[in-house]
Amino acid sequence: MLDIRNLHKNFGPLVAVDDVSFTVKQGEVLGFLGPNGAGKSTTMKMATGFLAPTAGTAIICGHDILTQPLAAKRQFGYLPEGAPAYPDMVVADFLHFIAHIRGYRGVEARERTNHIVDLVHLGEVYDQRIETLSKGFRRRVGVAQALIHDPPVVILDEPTDGLDPNQKHEMRHIIAAMRPKKAIVISTHLLEEVEAVCTRAVIIAKGRLLADSTPVQLAARSRYHNAVRLRIASGSLTKIRADLDRIDDVDLVEAVTDSEDPGTLLVVAREGRPIADEIADMARARRWRLTSMTVERGRLDDVFRAITAPEDAARAPWDFSKLSH
Amino acid sequence: MIQNISIICRREFAGYFATPLAYVFIVIFLVLAGVLTFFVGDFFERGQADLQVFFTFHPWLYLMLIPAVSMRLWAEERKSGTIELFLTLPIRLSEAVLGKFLAAWLFVGIALALTFPLWLTVLFLGDPDNGVIAASYIGSWLMAGAILAIGAAVSAATKNQIIAFIVTAALVFVLIAAGTPTVIGLFEGWAAEGVIHAVAGASLFGHFTAITRGVLDLRDLLYFLSLIVAFLGANAVLVDLMKAD
Repeated sequence: MLDIRNLHKNFGPLVAVDDVSFTVKQGEVLGFLGPNGAGKSTTMKMATGFLAPTAGTAIICGHDILTQPLAAKRQFGYLPEGAPAYPDMVVADFLHFIAHIRGYRGVEARERTNHIVDLVHLGEVYDQRIETLSKGFRRRVGVAQALIHDPPVVILDEPTDGLDPNQKHEMRHIIAAMRPKKAIVISTHLLEEVEAVCTRAVIIAKGRLLADSTPVQLAARSRYHNAVRLRIASGSLTKIRADLDRIDDVDLVEAVTDSEDPGTLLVVAREGRPIADEIADMARARRWRLTSMTVERGRLDDVFRAITAPEDAARAPWDFSKLSH
Repeated sequence: MIQNISIICRREFAGYFATPLAYVFIVIFLVLAGVLTFFVGDFFERGQADLQVFFTFHPWLYLMLIPAVSMRLWAEERKSGTIELFLTLPIRLSEAVLGKFLAAWLFVGIALALTFPLWLTVLFLGDPDNGVIAASYIGSWLMAGAILAIGAAVSAATKNQIIAFIVTAALVFVLIAAGTPTVIGLFEGWAAEGVIHAVAGASLFGHFTAITRGVLDLRDLLYFLSLIVAFLGANAVLVDLMKAD
């Protein structure tokens, strides 16, 4: 339903978006990921017709945003970056204004507004001016105006930015609930969000599309995919490490230093191959005393760093011990 | 088309009254109009039952006050980012430009209409020429529209309302001053007749004074209307060029 075709955007000599293409079908929630300044918002601005692309276009439900902007704009709801809304307006008036612009009149406009107010829980601030609202409520007002006409395509630029954990949970719930009937794009730099709500993830950095796959597949690219975390109750750690090192598919064994329990080992698999079975067999045979054994799916943030900033990811994390003089 | 313009216009218009701006503007407008008419213009001493002195000051009154109305039209939307929300709604740019302009024009029209007690005063004191007064009101409102259109275009070119105010006031000052006897006097004696006519013809002042004499000449009406159309066109172009900066 949303088809982004070879979007380019140059600002003078700066290439902000460089040949980004992807499609989003009904029932999909696409997580649009990237570091700050990667070109996420610029892409969304072009897809919604706010910014003219240098080349390429976006097709929304069959309507080209460049040649049929009005028809295309009727098909989507858009939450721009920062959830802008008229600060002087009362929430009710603002939503009525949007409903009217979206073509609803009279009773129908009121019903639409009431429905959306219930959906995103704006009832308690209905008669307040937008400038007096907390960040969370403002964001919800922005989402409400984007959903008021029940659009087939929903484009949300950082819908949970600035929300507290409860509000984030609620927002994700709203997104998940409307997923079956819609094509949804959310931009975010929160990886937990991608795991929580997205069926697909697209990663861009420096204007380039670098990955397009499901969150699970992406996580599988992590070096910690299929790694096994062992908490050892008692016994010699060195001996166990030596035994583990002997398994073919084990790449290396790390002692987990950030854990409160000193007896935790992280066994990293070679190229993400499954090693859990073999380790379990070995643990039984050698009668290791384990308090827990868990298989890691992979860490999305590792993959994200490896894709968007390969040179940084290779470097060791900050060594804080040097700061303590 | 009309429906969207009316929805946008209503929202904008209500926006003036959502803050004290509208009331402050109207009060200052009325007080200044009164002060200029009665104290500077010696309304009573003239002993004439007309509103000539009242309207004479309108160009100067508008020079100060209209840019204060027009400065926020687009600059505020750009500053707060609401322009991105606004222009990704299914509306045409022309509808957005017209809706905003009409709201501002209506608002100034209301402030102007609230000077009606002056008309009642001359009506009570004597036997004024109501045709001249009606023409003057229409001329004044048209002039306000032209200045608003200039201000709207300037407002679209900046995120800073103060800059929008100053630039608009400067442009309007030039347009008004061009037709004053002082400036015309500067050209007389050395410039060709055509140049003097062109300078005077470009001026808001000249066309407005022509109307306040009681003649609604088509040329004067066309002058104001074409200023409005030209600057609203420029407004649309500037919004399109600058909106995402």
